[in-house]
Amino acid sequence: MNLSWSRLRAQIIKELLSILRDRRARAILIGPPLVQLFLFSFAATLDVRNVSIAVYDRDGGRWSQELVASIGAATFVGRLVTALDAQQLQEAIERRQVLLAIDIPETFSRDVAAGRPAPLQVIADGRRANSGQVALRYVENIASNLGATIQAAVSSSGGSLAIRHWFNPNLIYRWFVVPSLAGTLAMFTSLIVTALSIARERELGTFDQLLVSPTTPAEIIVAKAAPALIIGTALGMLMVGAGVFAFGIPFTGSLGLLFLTMLLFILSIVGVGLMISSICATQQQAILGAFATGVPMILMSGFATPVENMPAVLQWVAEAIPLTHFLIIVQGTFVKALPAADVAAQAWPMAVTALVTLSAATVLVRSRLQ
Amino acid sequence: MNRVNTALPAVLPAAVELNGVIKRFGKNEALRGIQGRILPGRLTGLVGPDGAGKTTLMRLMAGLMAPTEGRITVAGLDPVRDSMALPDLIGYMPQRFGLYEDLSVMENLRLYAGLRGLERRVHRDTFHRLLEFTRLGPFTARLAGQLSGGMKQKLGLACALMATPKVLLLDEPGVGVDPVSRQDLWRMVQALTDEGMAVIWATAYLDEAERCAAVLLLNEGVLKFDGVPGELTARLQDRSFKLLNHCHDRRALLSETLHLPAVCDGVIQGNAVRVVLRTASQRDVIEAFAKKAGAELQPVAPRFEDAFIDLLGGGPGGVSAIAQKMAPVALDSGIVVECRGLTRRFGAFTATDQVSFQVRKGEIFGLLGPNGAGKSTTFKMLCGLLRPTAGAARVAGLDLRTASSQAKRQLGYMAQKFSLYGLLSVQQNLEFSAGVYGLEGALKRERIAEMVQTFQLEKCLNSAPDELPLGYKQRLALACALMHRPPVLFLDEPTSGVDPVTRREFWTHINGLVRKGVTVLVTTHFMDEAEYCDRVALMYRAKLIALDTPDALKAQARTRHNQEPAMEDAFIHLIQAVDAQDAAQSRKEAA
Repeated sequence: MNLSWSRLRAQIIKELLSILRDRRARAILIGPPLVQLFLFSFAATLDVRNVSIAVYDRDGGRWSQELVASIGAATFVGRLVTALDAQQLQEAIERRQVLLAIDIPETFSRDVAAGRPAPLQVIADGRRANSGQVALRYVENIASNLGATIQAAVSSSGGSLAIRHWFNPNLIYRWFVVPSLAGTLAMFTSLIVTALSIARERELGTFDQLLVSPTTPAEIIVAKAAPALIIGTALGMLMVGAGVFAFGIPFTGSLGLLFLTMLLFILSIVGVGLMISSICATQQQAILGAFATGVPMILMSGFATPVENMPAVLQWVAEAIPLTHFLIIVQGTFVKALPAADVAAQAWPMAVTALVTLSAATVLVRSRLQ
Repeated sequence: MNRVNTALPAVLPAAVELNGVIKRFGKNEALRGIQGRILPGRLTGLVGPDGAGKTTLMRLMAGLMAPTEGRITVAGLDPVRDSMALPDLIGYMPQRFGLYEDLSVMENLRLYAGLRGLERRVHRDTFHRLLEFTRLGPFTARLAGQLSGGMKQKLGLACALMATPKVLLLDEPGVGVDPVSRQDLWRMVQALTDEGMAVIWATAYLDEAERCAAVLLLNEGVLKFDGVPGELTARLQDRSFKLLNHCHDRRALLSETLHLPAVCDGVIQGNAVRVVLRTASQRDVIEAFAKKAGAELQPVAPRFEDAFIDLLGGGPGGVSAIAQKMAPVALDSGIVVECRGLTRRFGAFTATDQVSFQVRKGEIFGLLGPNGAGKSTTFKMLCGLLRPTAGAARVAGLDLRTASSQAKRQLGYMAQKFSLYGLLSVQQNLEFSAGVYGLEGALKRERIAEMVQTFQLEKCLNSAPDELPLGYKQRLALACALMHRPPVLFLDEPTSGVDPVTRREFWTHINGLVRKGVTVLVTTHFMDEAEYCDRVALMYRAKLIALDTPDALKAQARTRHNQEPAMEDAFIHLIQAVDAQDAAQSRKEAA
């Protein structure tokens, strides 16, 4: 490795200026983060409201009435329909009158009182799978609260629907989204910034000029990584700040560890970006390349769908995606004071990816010389 | 040709009339009151350096923009008001004709016929006529993107001629076209004007102006001359001379000549120096100078370019401030650039085939050739930007592809189209170049200040290079390349599109540097510039077909009719010789 500080400094300044002096590039850096922060945090919430629920209470006992009353009083419920038989219950779902249908068996109050598991059937409208699932969780929550109350009163084991959401007991969607945005935005920004960098020079013809100068491929890579590291980290930290101060999300972990792992995370992304850039001839190709790799990375990272729900092969792929690990770190650092050991467990796969992508980028840049 | 001639009226109305045409873009005034008439049936040159306003005027005539002030009439119509009728009367070929590179020649023709609303039943005849006219018949199936520069222009011309226009506007049709194809274009334009069409040919090559029947000479948006080119050059009668058979360094001689107050312009032509006097009465001054220098003085015919420089008040001086400050180059070996059997294949296509030559220290070595001949590929291999398939290239004894950073500092490189960082300001570009070549602290500041002063960049330090006129961009690119005072200089098409005055300035610097022992390797398609070279390598179809001094190459092309062949004649002569040889070869193989 042959690095000269004066050459490196000249290049880093050049890279930063090329990004900051370009009105379009500035727009790419500032616009989308603000829009996404706004969209994901306020508009596109997964919280479900105004839900219609049908209840067929076969029991009519004390505990079933308590349950129905609690559900009716819950903020997410808009309308509670009482079904008189199983037929009506089924029709309410079929005709889309309700999102959930609850069938309370005759034995419910008896089971609860006796401290036995009290089964309860909830039918969700599969055509509206997402909202159905969320509403189902809410009902589970109510049932488990009820179980807790019962526990106190009867002093034996509670209801069988006890699912507890730790760390985010009220399932506030923002607590999940805003910290994740720190990861996805930092990733996309650094991916685009680096993907454009070599392609831009190639398009303008300045890359040849750079290659005949005394600068080495290693210097080129370092110089191209620097602005992405600076801008990506700044943006990520800004999102963390927005989470803490604007959205009041509890921040329980170590800021220092989060910062270090963010650097590592962005380094691994820079490698991917440089690989894209070194094979693209124009900036247009580079932007397409960045989206073609960035979007699947986000989809498979666990941001959109849980990694555990994917087929085994895709789970392995997800393990190789740095964002998967960084999301666990950033979410954990926010709400559950992720211990250093757990951070390290997620950090080393990112380090491996960074090493692989950056080496591959160096090899590609070098091979482009020939 | 089976074109139907429209009957010409007895008194010819002007094909184009320009009345006080002014065009402003924001604060920038591109055209400052153009007044003129363009007549049908002849070729009118719209001549001027880059940024003179040629393209703007073309676009105004084509009705693509409206003038800020003044009036334009094209074929009796107002291009803006009658924009619906205009397309049938004019053909317009922009600088980079909108050919669809992924479509074949025939598909492009069909597309443009469709766009022109040509009836389907006349397609066949029209295409046949155009293909015959442009001699593109054998290539109808080839993709437009795979045509040579000259063939692309011909196809562009065919598309522009689709509707048999009355006025044909050609914007720089000669750019990127080798001299042989250029001759072809002239022939076609001649045929068109003979039929009564008004053809307007915009060009930055001043030598093309001499071929036009009339010339509109533009500079910085001002019409400098309107008339027959001979009228302009006649003013220079008895003012152009050549200094021959001297025993001096011709570069030193040029520099001295330019010192004389009586001399308005001077260039190198092979071993001779060509000078233009400010007035014809100063002949005794140059005679005395020639006697002192021991050179033979020969009167020569004035050129259009002389007249242009004269109109602008003369060329720049002959001293390069940069070269003066530079210490003489100390390189151990006498051979600075060397390549042996240099070959590069891209798949089945051979871009450079077995090229070998040596460049001595302190020499200007020119690499010439038509587009696609393999100049750029060879150049890139020499710079270490491309790996040769076979053979080897060495600069200062090193393979630049694997050379250390220290070794690369020996090299100054100026890329095609002056690759500068458009998003950085001029100052930032200079600082980057200095930094990337490892200059630091006081030395860096001193060198930057020196470059700013020499190249008069003070006024534009904070502007982006993209906003600058081409001449300034070229100066900045040269400044960046010279910042670290390299003993070897690689220049790829260093003056393309640049006005003649800036071009002379550029060569003043290069001449000065070479006298200090700097070695220069240059690619160019300007035949005039080849004259500045000590030796010229001519490439054609990936092969080196000639390598000699400019004078020797020109001597080869001397015929009974052409006693004083120009570089372009030499070029065409050599290429035709190779073509004839190849044709004979293939005939022999066929038999």
